Amino acid sequence: MKRFKGFITKEFYHIFRDKRSLFILFGMPIAQIMLFGFAITNEINNVDIAILDHAKDINTTEIINKISASKHFNINQYIEKESDIEAIFKKGKIKAVLNFENDFSKKLVKEHQASIQLITDATDPNTANTISNYLNAILIQYQKEINQDITLNYQIIPQTRMVFNPELKSVYMFVPGVMTIILMLVSAMMTSISITKEKELGTMEILLVSPIKPIQVIVGKVFPYIFLSIINAIIIVTLSLFIFKMPIQGSILLLGLESVLFIITALSLGILISTISETQQTAMMISLMGLMLPVILLSGFIFPISSMPLPLQLISNIIPAKWFIIIIKGIMLKGVGIQFIWKETLILIGMTVFFIVLSVKNYKIRLE
Amino acid sequence: MSNENVIQVERLTKTFGNFTAVNAISFEVKKGEIFGFLGANGAGKTTAMKMLIGISKPTSGEATIAGFDVYKHAEDIKKNIGYMSQKFALYDDLTVKENIAFFGGIYGLSRKIIKEKSKHLIEELGLVDVANKLVGALPLGWKQKLSFSVSLLHNPKIVFLDEPTGGVDPITRRQFWEMIYKAANQGTTVFVTTHYMDEAEYCDRVSIMVNGKIEALDTPKKLKAQFKVEHMNDVFLKLARHTE
Repeated sequence: MKRFKGFITKEFYHIFRDKRSLFILFGMPIAQIMLFGFAITNEINNVDIAILDHAKDINTTEIINKISASKHFNINQYIEKESDIEAIFKKGKIKAVLNFENDFSKKLVKEHQASIQLITDATDPNTANTISNYLNAILIQYQKEINQDITLNYQIIPQTRMVFNPELKSVYMFVPGVMTIILMLVSAMMTSISITKEKELGTMEILLVSPIKPIQVIVGKVFPYIFLSIINAIIIVTLSLFIFKMPIQGSILLLGLESVLFIITALSLGILISTISETQQTAMMISLMGLMLPVILLSGFIFPISSMPLPLQLISNIIPAKWFIIIIKGIMLKGVGIQFIWKETLILIGMTVFFIVLSVKNYKIRLE
Repeated sequence: MSNENVIQVERLTKTFGNFTAVNAISFEVKKGEIFGFLGANGAGKTTAMKMLIGISKPTSGEATIAGFDVYKHAEDIKKNIGYMSQKFALYDDLTVKENIAFFGGIYGLSRKIIKEKSKHLIEELGLVDVANKLVGALPLGWKQKLSFSVSLLHNPKIVFLDEPTGGVDPITRRQFWEMIYKAANQGTTVFVTTHYMDEAEYCDRVSIMVNGKIEALDTPKKLKAQFKVEHMNDVFLKLARHTE
């Protein structure tokens, strides 16, 4: 036990004396959560649009006023002719152009229909889509207003309710994802690097020749990262709680326990990586390419798994992050208890055991 | 030097697939002896040494280190030996004192003993001014002397040195060998691999490995007489050429 304590003290010296690893450990989570929370968002605000109004009559003016009153749009420019449209898109500031046809009001009254052309800059398809949806919503709203006196014969009125995230805040989606990435990164990458570092420096050999047991070496190397990862998880949850007002509907204790489980899963992956890599650089590349990319792309964090092609959906099942994201979304947003997430929990436990068994096997081969 | 054998090796062999890295080597080393383990790169020195210190399992043959069998009692061997690898192996980001405390700790020394030894060792090596400095900031020669002292911290019966003086200047090498003599005088057996043939002259006995086998084993004086040459260097060259 005393040997073990000395080992851990040493490990903390390593971590706290290395500015880079300190930055990754604590700077990164805060920076990421802030980035995802504030900068990267699915909502659009103050999008610059341009108006090409051939009619300039009462209806078009009303529509334009409605649009400019919305916080989502900012009418930046009025243009006079079609040929200007391409030019302003090329400049890049304007993301959408509304083109009202000639005699808009007249046609509306006489022919009961008038058209507006909505052109969006789809270099960023998601934004273009959202802009188009928002503008359509405003137009439908306006249509309703001018049709107030007329009763239609048949009407279908959908009543939409967004449960668990009524305001559709994107931060609700990002917090679980960021937490997963950070815990994965800190736990798996940092441990695999710190273990391979000992191999690379030759100190691992010295440790293996000493009476300290290999298992003690590994646990000693991993232990500080469990501790630091837990602190990170607390930082992330606190930030999302107080800055982004993200609710925790379920039990905090359960959230904590599941997080510790995921940390251990990630650590066991880190150990596995360290058994197959000889240098810190290899360990880092494997962690980044083999863990980070799948976590970001295939875990359902950004891209919904259900809309992936079947092979990718199947692959996503072997990514621990996918299950953890389901678990924390369940606890934080839906407030579910263990009876709804026991399956995911068992999968994570199974994966952890698998990684540990594989590492032990690999480690033995190394020593031969 | 007494007559007690602290290392006894009998037909020790290690194969990797079809390749025989160490081919049935046999030798013994007496208590307090300085035993030079020579050989060209790839001759099998490091593989042989790894089997003796218990981090590599022999394919066949027998070896007893400090009275313990390498197959059955590897853990007991570990407590009784010290090891210094060819890569410098203290932690650069720990101070001199912290390194001593750490390595003392993993060998199970009590805090009190570590403190005493640490003080003594720092004074002896003349590191008082830099005791709280990071090891990474020290010159290589100092680091290697420190590394050697650290490997002796738990009073091992045998200390294994794997090319300990690689890359240091002649003066430091000389000082290093003085430390080796001192340890041997106090009864520690020294098992050392080296590339420097002048260092081979300092050993009580040397063995020369060629292609996995021990081709010569005797005192430097007798070896030189046997091969009728002036320097160990020539013994080495003759042997290496002979078997090519």
